[in-house]
Amino acid sequence: MGDPGTKEVLSLAELQASARLRTGRKHVLSLVVQNRPGVLVRISGLFARRGFNINSLSVGPTDDDNKSRITITIDGANHPIDQVTKQLHKLVNVLKIRDLEPEDTVARELALFKVGVENGAGRAEVLQICNIFRGKVVDITKRSLVIEVTGTPEKIEALEEMLLPFGLIEMMRTGEIAISRGRDET
Amino acid sequence: MRAVDAIMECLKAEGVEVVFGYPGGANLPTYDAFVDAGIRHVLVRHEAGGGHAAEGYAKSTGKVAVCLGTSGPGATNLVTPIMDAMMDSVPVVFITGQVRTDLLGTDGFQEADILGITMPAVKHSWMITDPADIPQAIHEAFHVAGSGRPGPVVVDIPTDLSKADIPYEVGDKVPLDLPGYQPKFEGNAKQIRQAARALAAAKRPVLYVGGGAISAGAEAEVRELARVTGFPVTCTLMALGAYPAPDPQWLGMPGMHGTRTANYSLDEADLIFSIGARFDDRITGKLSEFAPNAKFIHLDIDPAEIGKNVPAHIPIVGDAKQVLSKLIPEYESLETEKSRLDEWWERIHAWQTQYPLTYTDSEDSEIKPQFAIRALYEATDGNAIITSDVGQHQMWTAQRYDFKESRTWINSGGLGTMGFGLPAALGAQVGNPDALVVCVTGDGSIQMNIQEMATATQEGLPVKVVIINNGYLGMVRQWQELFWEKRYSHVDLRDVENECPNWGKLADAYGWTGVRLEKKETLVEDLRAALATPGPVMVDLRVAREENTYPMISPGAAARDMVG
Repeated sequence: MGDPGTKEVLSLAELQASARLRTGRKHVLSLVVQNRPGVLVRISGLFARRGFNINSLSVGPTDDDNKSRITITIDGANHPIDQVTKQLHKLVNVLKIRDLEPEDTVARELALFKVGVENGAGRAEVLQICNIFRGKVVDITKRSLVIEVTGTPEKIEALEEMLLPFGLIEMMRTGEIAISRGRDET
Repeated sequence: MRAVDAIMECLKAEGVEVVFGYPGGANLPTYDAFVDAGIRHVLVRHEAGGGHAAEGYAKSTGKVAVCLGTSGPGATNLVTPIMDAMMDSVPVVFITGQVRTDLLGTDGFQEADILGITMPAVKHSWMITDPADIPQAIHEAFHVAGSGRPGPVVVDIPTDLSKADIPYEVGDKVPLDLPGYQPKFEGNAKQIRQAARALAAAKRPVLYVGGGAISAGAEAEVRELARVTGFPVTCTLMALGAYPAPDPQWLGMPGMHGTRTANYSLDEADLIFSIGARFDDRITGKLSEFAPNAKFIHLDIDPAEIGKNVPAHIPIVGDAKQVLSKLIPEYESLETEKSRLDEWWERIHAWQTQYPLTYTDSEDSEIKPQFAIRALYEATDGNAIITSDVGQHQMWTAQRYDFKESRTWINSGGLGTMGFGLPAALGAQVGNPDALVVCVTGDGSIQMNIQEMATATQEGLPVKVVIINNGYLGMVRQWQELFWEKRYSHVDLRDVENECPNWGKLADAYGWTGVRLEKKETLVEDLRAALATPGPVMVDLRVAREENTYPMISPGAAARDMVG
């Protein structure tokens, strides 16, 4: 194509389109937003009307009272990610968006599992599995256990798989939060 | 001072000369402030009329317009103009009254969550929770509405807060706090140079100009680029007039009811330079078959438009005026031969000869609607501000009234809002008191905001309304004829025995002059006489009932498969 600094005529045939890429992988978007009423509605409404499916979304305060952090995971196979981030950027209350590179990111979610252990049956085995997954028992009764575990979605899904046969009563997940590796701010 | 008096001062500081609106319970304090403010207020007869009037004012002048409404139904009546302004990127500040803060969320009388309702339809919105924030919100609203890609904004003010005393003095400089809003204007220099080099390489190029060129005030740059390159030009429905219609490089409008020449040119182009356009489905037809051989240079101030519908090979985010003024000298510095376009122009001229915009005229006195639009062009010498409603008349006008200047064609493009035309004409007349403002409408559309006739009379706005009267909801009838086996369902508006409304009496009732025209032979002079009549005039122009709007890309079809 020649150096852009030259005045040589371009070859149109070699021009490549840059947008509308479907990456085919999961994307973790980390947003800094102004802490104002309605911000979450603006974001979720945008996703709904543009037909973008959110896999998970978590919101929380940051070290600055005026700002909140929103972490959204979205499937890059179904949506052109640049469209999603560009539309988000148009929201006046959105200050910053990062599409986090998986290898430069630490992402975690927290899950709570309530497991039925009628008359103690299986309790020992459940505790053993819990230990392997570095989980913590945060509530115990004669008939149940509540296990707290953090990790990647894959780890949590693996634990769910293991606990299912024991009578999983319910499970709750926070959705991922993510932070970039290294010294720089996310 | 009272917050409402501060609002008036802020409006004056923003250079506001006129406000369109309608009072009610929750905005009584604001209306009290109007008594002494010295700002012109146009009292409309329905909030939707106020919103569209504000759009007509903004579109015809390029200024940010202001529209007021009260809470509840007043605010919900504004939803259509707000969405309309969003779709067509029209800068309007909507200020709505809201119920008292102690009633918020209790389903109070005339309470509606207008911020929630309009969230998908605004560029941004503000809910006032502290009256001291009101001046800042108003100024931010003007900044957001008018800059970057223009659009509508809403400021919702609870009535008790609007009465509060706030520490604001006339002339106070109010700092804006919009860290998340930073439109980019300059355009990347490297991309601009790439674009110039691509233009220099193109053998079958088209300049495809959209409403963004007008928002940016880039008409002169568009014309200069066309002159320097010698490229053919097409303007979307929103950009008619940005490039003068009767011109050797003019292809006509593209899209569903565009010219064959414009559509075929896009179809066979090797390079399409989009300047502030968004490749709407009414332009592209079947997207997967749109311009199959083209590379795209996409210039837009809204990055989200780039790559949204078509691939962008050279994206440029920036203001059309600024970018083009840098791109033109870049192009001129390259060695180009205009003769590389000879074959392309031959092809285009062949299409122009083979497929001119045409129709079969009547053999008697009956007026064909296409004839009516050309007659209007002659009667106005092409020098009017034309507003339109939505439907067949809109397309006939867009096709056949050769617009020479931007901001003289004002219509609802994206949302396609029937009832837009008359109030938009009022707004355009307010903004252009010396211009001839003509609303071309249909007998269906005009009835959707007919109440605004009273506004024209009260305000002394001498707009001329030309009803292309075929007694049908014409575009729907056309689609039923073409795609639903002529099974006409609820499109006939004319009961021959007992015609309703009686347009002449209606004009009388509102203090307008009513004229009925139905003879082809004298139409131009009859129109001239009607347009020269002082005050508002309603022309009931009887046309052939079942005329279709052609040519046409059938819904979902490719541009090259145009019919008619």
